[in-house]
Amino acid sequence: MPQPFSLQVSQQAGASLISIGGHLDAHTAPEFETAIQTAVDGGQFQVIVDCTNLSYISSAGLGVFMSFIEEVREQGGDIKICGLVPKVRQVFDLLGFPDIFDLVDDVAAAVQRFAESPTRKG
Amino acid sequence: MNAIEGKFTLTVPSSTQNLALIRDFIGTLIMQTGLDENEVLKLTLAVDEACTNVIEHAYGKDNSKEVLVRTFLDNHEIRFEIEDTGLGFDPNAYQPDELERLVAERKSGGLGLRLIQTIMDEVRYEFEPGRKNSLLLIKRLRKDENREVIKN
Repeated sequence: MPQPFSLQVSQQAGASLISIGGHLDAHTAPEFETAIQTAVDGGQFQVIVDCTNLSYISSAGLGVFMSFIEEVREQGGDIKICGLVPKVRQVFDLLGFPDIFDLVDDVAAAVQRFAESPTRKG
Repeated sequence: MNAIEGKFTLTVPSSTQNLALIRDFIGTLIMQTGLDENEVLKLTLAVDEACTNVIEHAYGKDNSKEVLVRTFLDNHEIRFEIEDTGLGFDPNAYQPDELERLVAERKSGGLGLRLIQTIMDEVRYEFEPGRKNSLLLIKRLRKDENREVIKN
Protein backbone atom coordinates (compact mmCIF):
# COMPACT_ATOMS: atom_id res chain seq x y z
CA MET A 1 0.00 0.00 0.00
CA PRO A 2 1.23 3.54 -0.64
CA GLN A 3 2.74 5.47 2.17
CA PRO A 4 0.28 8.01 3.55
CA PHE A 5 1.11 11.65 3.09
CA SER A 6 2.73 13.36 6.07
CA LEU A 7 3.46 17.01 6.74
CA GLN A 8 5.16 18.80 9.62
CA VAL A 9 5.83 22.51 9.97
CA SER A 10 8.57 23.97 12.13
CA GLN A 11 10.98 26.89 12.19
CA GLN A 12 14.59 26.66 11.09
CA ALA A 13 16.98 29.62 11.32
CA GLY A 14 14.20 32.12 10.66
CA ALA A 15 12.68 30.14 7.80
CA SER A 16 9.51 28.09 7.76
CA LEU A 17 10.48 24.44 7.41
CA ILE A 18 7.81 22.23 5.87
CA SER A 19 8.76 18.54 5.91
CA ILE A 20 6.69 16.35 3.64
CA GLY A 21 6.66 12.59 3.22
CA GLY A 22 4.83 9.80 1.40
CA HIS A 23 2.84 10.51 -1.74
CA LEU A 24 2.10 14.05 -2.89
CA ASP A 25 -0.64 13.86 -5.52
CA ALA A 26 -3.93 15.54 -6.39
CA HIS A 27 -5.47 14.09 -3.23
CA THR A 28 -2.82 15.30 -0.81
CA ALA A 29 -1.64 18.51 -2.54
CA PRO A 30 -4.35 20.70 -0.92
CA GLU A 31 -2.85 19.99 2.53
CA PHE A 32 0.58 21.04 1.29
CA GLU A 33 -0.88 24.13 -0.36
CA THR A 34 -2.56 25.12 2.89
CA ALA A 35 0.76 24.81 4.76
CA ILE A 36 2.57 27.14 2.36
CA GLN A 37 -0.37 29.52 2.25
CA THR A 38 -0.37 29.69 6.05
CA ALA A 39 3.36 30.54 6.08
CA VAL A 40 2.91 33.24 3.43
CA ASP A 41 -0.17 34.67 5.15
CA GLY A 42 1.91 34.89 8.31
CA GLY A 43 4.52 36.99 6.50
CA GLN A 44 6.99 34.10 6.26
CA PHE A 45 8.54 34.27 2.78
CA GLN A 46 11.59 32.12 3.44
CA VAL A 47 10.28 28.59 3.05
CA ILE A 48 12.28 25.35 3.09
CA VAL A 49 10.49 22.25 1.86
CA ASP A 50 12.25 19.10 3.06
CA CYS A 51 11.34 16.22 0.75
CA THR A 52 13.62 13.60 2.37
CA ASN A 53 10.69 11.30 3.10
CA LEU A 54 8.76 12.09 -0.05
CA SER A 55 8.51 9.00 -2.25
CA TYR A 56 6.18 10.21 -5.00
CA ILE A 57 5.11 13.50 -6.54
CA SER A 58 2.72 14.28 -9.40
CA SER A 59 2.01 17.55 -11.15
CA ALA A 60 -0.53 18.51 -8.49
CA GLY A 61 2.31 18.70 -5.96
CA LEU A 62 4.66 20.45 -8.36
CA GLY A 63 1.91 22.93 -9.10
CA VAL A 64 1.88 24.03 -5.47
CA PHE A 65 5.53 25.10 -5.76
CA MET A 66 4.71 26.87 -9.02
CA SER A 67 1.82 28.85 -7.65
CA PHE A 68 3.77 30.35 -4.72
CA ILE A 69 7.29 30.88 -6.05
CA GLU A 70 6.69 34.24 -7.70
CA GLU A 71 4.89 35.67 -4.68
CA VAL A 72 7.59 34.73 -2.16
CA ARG A 73 10.36 36.00 -4.45
CA GLU A 74 8.55 39.31 -4.87
CA GLN A 75 8.62 39.58 -1.11
CA GLY A 76 12.38 38.98 -1.01
CA GLY A 77 12.08 35.34 -0.06
CA ASP A 78 12.22 31.99 -1.80
CA ILE A 79 11.21 28.36 -1.60
CA LYS A 80 14.28 26.16 -1.20
CA ILE A 81 13.59 22.51 -1.95
CA CYS A 82 15.83 19.89 -0.37
CA GLY A 83 16.26 16.16 0.17
CA LEU A 84 14.85 14.96 -3.16
CA VAL A 85 15.30 11.22 -3.59
CA PRO A 86 16.23 10.22 -7.19
CA LYS A 87 12.75 8.97 -8.06
CA VAL A 88 11.20 12.29 -7.08
CA ARG A 89 14.04 14.37 -8.51
CA GLN A 90 13.39 12.65 -11.85
CA VAL A 91 9.92 14.22 -12.00
CA PHE A 92 11.33 17.69 -11.22
CA ASP A 93 13.83 17.14 -14.07
CA LEU A 94 11.13 16.04 -16.53
CA LEU A 95 9.45 19.43 -16.20
CA GLY A 96 12.61 21.52 -16.17
CA PHE A 97 12.06 22.60 -12.56
CA PRO A 98 15.79 22.83 -11.74
CA ASP A 99 15.89 25.92 -14.01
CA ILE A 100 13.27 27.66 -11.93
CA PHE A 101 13.70 26.34 -8.39
CA ASP A 102 16.60 26.24 -6.01
CA LEU A 103 17.16 22.55 -5.26
CA VAL A 104 19.68 21.74 -2.54
CA ASP A 105 20.87 18.63 -0.74
CA ASP A 106 19.52 19.06 2.76
CA VAL A 107 18.03 21.47 5.30
CA ALA A 108 21.46 22.74 6.35
CA ALA A 109 22.29 23.55 2.73
CA ALA A 110 18.94 25.31 2.36
CA VAL A 111 19.64 27.47 5.42
CA GLN A 112 23.05 28.32 4.05
CA ARG A 113 21.57 29.14 0.65
CA PHE A 114 19.14 31.57 2.27
CA ALA A 115 22.12 33.28 3.91
CA GLU A 116 23.98 33.51 0.59
CA SER A 117 21.15 33.97 -1.89
CA PRO A 118 17.85 34.79 -0.22
CA THR A 119 15.71 35.22 -3.33
CA ARG A 120 17.36 33.50 -6.26
CA LYS A 121 19.46 30.54 -7.16
CA GLY A 122 23.11 31.24 -6.47
CA MET B 1 10.46 -9.04 -23.61
CA ASN B 2 7.31 -9.07 -21.53
CA ALA B 3 6.88 -11.68 -18.87
CA ILE B 4 3.25 -10.75 -18.87
CA GLU B 5 0.83 -10.08 -21.72
CA GLY B 6 -2.84 -9.32 -22.05
CA LYS B 7 -5.50 -6.82 -21.12
CA PHE B 8 -5.98 -5.66 -17.56
CA THR B 9 -8.81 -3.42 -16.43
CA LEU B 10 -9.39 -1.37 -13.31
CA THR B 11 -12.53 0.61 -12.58
CA VAL B 12 -12.71 2.89 -9.55
CA PRO B 13 -15.06 5.59 -8.29
CA SER B 14 -13.98 9.01 -9.53
CA SER B 15 -12.16 10.35 -6.49
CA THR B 16 -8.60 11.56 -6.00
CA GLN B 17 -8.55 9.23 -3.00
CA ASN B 18 -8.31 6.36 -5.49
CA LEU B 19 -5.24 7.69 -7.30
CA ALA B 20 -2.98 5.73 -4.94
CA LEU B 21 -4.92 2.56 -5.76
CA ILE B 22 -4.58 3.24 -9.50
CA ARG B 23 -0.83 3.81 -9.11
CA ASP B 24 -0.44 0.58 -7.15
CA PHE B 25 -2.29 -1.37 -9.81
CA ILE B 26 -0.40 0.14 -12.75
CA GLY B 27 2.96 0.02 -11.00
CA THR B 28 2.60 -3.64 -10.06
CA LEU B 29 1.51 -4.54 -13.57
CA ILE B 30 4.24 -2.61 -15.40
CA MET B 31 6.93 -3.88 -13.04
CA GLN B 32 6.33 -7.33 -14.53
CA THR B 33 7.26 -6.19 -18.04
CA GLY B 34 10.91 -5.96 -17.08
CA LEU B 35 11.14 -2.20 -17.48
CA ASP B 36 13.44 -0.52 -15.00
CA GLU B 37 12.14 1.23 -11.91
CA ASN B 38 12.44 4.72 -13.39
CA GLU B 39 10.40 3.79 -16.45
CA VAL B 40 7.78 2.14 -14.25
CA LEU B 41 7.53 5.31 -12.20
CA LYS B 42 7.20 7.52 -15.28
CA LEU B 43 4.46 5.40 -16.85
CA THR B 44 2.61 5.23 -13.54
CA LEU B 45 2.89 9.00 -13.28
CA ALA B 46 1.46 9.47 -16.79
CA VAL B 47 -1.58 7.35 -15.88
CA ASP B 48 -1.96 9.22 -12.57
CA GLU B 49 -1.98 12.52 -14.49
CA ALA B 50 -4.54 11.28 -17.01
CA CYS B 51 -6.83 9.95 -14.27
CA THR B 52 -6.45 13.15 -12.25
CA ASN B 53 -7.64 15.12 -15.28
CA VAL B 54 -10.69 12.86 -15.60
CA ILE B 55 -11.52 13.09 -11.89
CA GLU B 56 -11.01 16.83 -11.53
CA HIS B 57 -12.00 18.15 -14.95
CA ALA B 58 -14.03 15.65 -16.99
CA TYR B 59 -16.17 14.68 -13.99
CA GLY B 60 -15.75 17.84 -11.94
CA LYS B 61 -15.06 15.82 -8.77
CA ASP B 62 -18.39 13.98 -9.04
CA ASN B 63 -17.53 10.75 -7.23
CA SER B 64 -20.68 8.98 -8.38
CA LYS B 65 -18.86 8.59 -11.72
CA GLU B 66 -16.28 5.94 -12.55
CA VAL B 67 -12.80 6.06 -14.02
CA LEU B 68 -11.83 3.11 -16.16
CA VAL B 69 -8.20 2.27 -16.93
CA ARG B 70 -7.38 -0.49 -19.40
CA THR B 71 -3.80 -1.63 -19.79
CA PHE B 72 -2.72 -3.65 -22.83
CA LEU B 73 0.65 -5.36 -22.64
CA ASP B 74 2.42 -7.14 -25.46
CA ASN B 75 5.93 -7.54 -26.79
CA HIS B 76 5.85 -4.27 -28.68
CA GLU B 77 4.17 -1.74 -26.49
CA ILE B 78 2.36 -0.80 -23.33
CA ARG B 79 -0.93 0.90 -24.03
CA PHE B 80 -3.17 2.57 -21.50
CA GLU B 81 -6.72 3.54 -22.28
CA ILE B 82 -8.37 5.89 -19.82
CA GLU B 83 -12.07 6.13 -20.41
CA ASP B 84 -14.66 8.53 -19.08
CA THR B 85 -18.14 9.75 -19.95
CA GLY B 86 -17.62 13.33 -18.81
CA LEU B 87 -16.59 16.52 -20.54
CA GLY B 88 -14.22 15.71 -23.38
CA PHE B 89 -10.79 17.23 -23.71
CA ASP B 90 -8.23 16.63 -26.43
CA PRO B 91 -4.74 16.95 -24.95
CA ASN B 92 -3.22 17.23 -28.41
CA ALA B 93 -5.08 20.51 -28.84
CA TYR B 94 -3.27 21.79 -25.79
CA GLN B 95 -0.27 24.02 -26.30
CA PRO B 96 1.97 23.92 -23.24
CA ASP B 97 3.03 27.32 -21.91
CA GLU B 98 6.66 27.96 -21.18
CA LEU B 99 7.45 27.14 -17.57
CA GLU B 100 8.73 30.65 -16.94
CA ARG B 101 5.46 32.07 -18.20
CA LEU B 102 3.41 29.82 -15.92
CA VAL B 103 5.52 30.96 -12.98
CA ALA B 104 5.17 34.63 -13.91
CA GLU B 105 1.41 34.22 -14.22
CA ARG B 106 1.24 32.16 -11.02
CA LYS B 107 -0.47 29.36 -12.88
CA SER B 108 0.07 25.73 -12.10
CA GLY B 109 -2.24 24.21 -14.70
CA GLY B 110 -1.07 22.19 -17.65
CA LEU B 111 1.83 20.48 -15.91
CA GLY B 112 0.11 17.10 -15.99
CA LEU B 113 -0.42 17.20 -19.75
CA ARG B 114 3.14 18.34 -20.21
CA LEU B 115 4.30 15.29 -18.23
CA ILE B 116 2.08 12.93 -20.22
CA GLN B 117 3.39 14.29 -23.51
CA THR B 118 6.99 14.06 -22.30
CA ILE B 119 6.73 10.51 -20.99
CA MET B 120 4.64 8.74 -23.65
CA ASP B 121 5.62 7.95 -27.24
CA GLU B 122 2.11 8.56 -28.50
CA VAL B 123 -0.92 10.29 -27.05
CA ARG B 124 -4.23 9.83 -28.82
CA TYR B 125 -7.69 10.98 -28.02
CA GLU B 126 -10.89 9.35 -29.19
CA PHE B 127 -14.19 11.01 -28.68
CA GLU B 128 -17.66 9.56 -29.13
CA PRO B 129 -19.99 12.49 -28.42
CA GLY B 130 -22.43 11.74 -25.62
CA ARG B 131 -21.01 8.24 -25.13
CA LYS B 132 -17.41 8.18 -24.03
CA ASN B 133 -14.00 9.79 -24.25
CA SER B 134 -10.87 7.67 -24.42
CA LEU B 135 -7.34 8.84 -23.91
CA LEU B 136 -4.77 6.45 -25.31
CA LEU B 137 -1.24 6.56 -23.97
CA ILE B 138 1.28 4.41 -25.79
CA LYS B 139 4.84 3.47 -24.87
CA ARG B 140 6.77 1.44 -27.39
CA LEU B 141 9.08 -1.21 -26.03
CA ARG B 142 11.31 -1.90 -29.03
CA LYS B 143 14.06 0.58 -29.62
CA ASP B 144 14.20 -0.20 -33.34
CA GLU B 145 10.62 0.84 -33.94
CA ASN B 146 9.81 4.23 -35.33
CA ARG B 147 9.24 6.59 -32.49
CA GLU B 148 6.16 8.65 -32.94
CA VAL B 149 5.97 11.48 -30.49
CA ILE B 150 2.96 13.68 -30.80
CA LYS B 151 3.79 17.06 -29.42
CA ASN B 152 2.12 20.33 -30.13
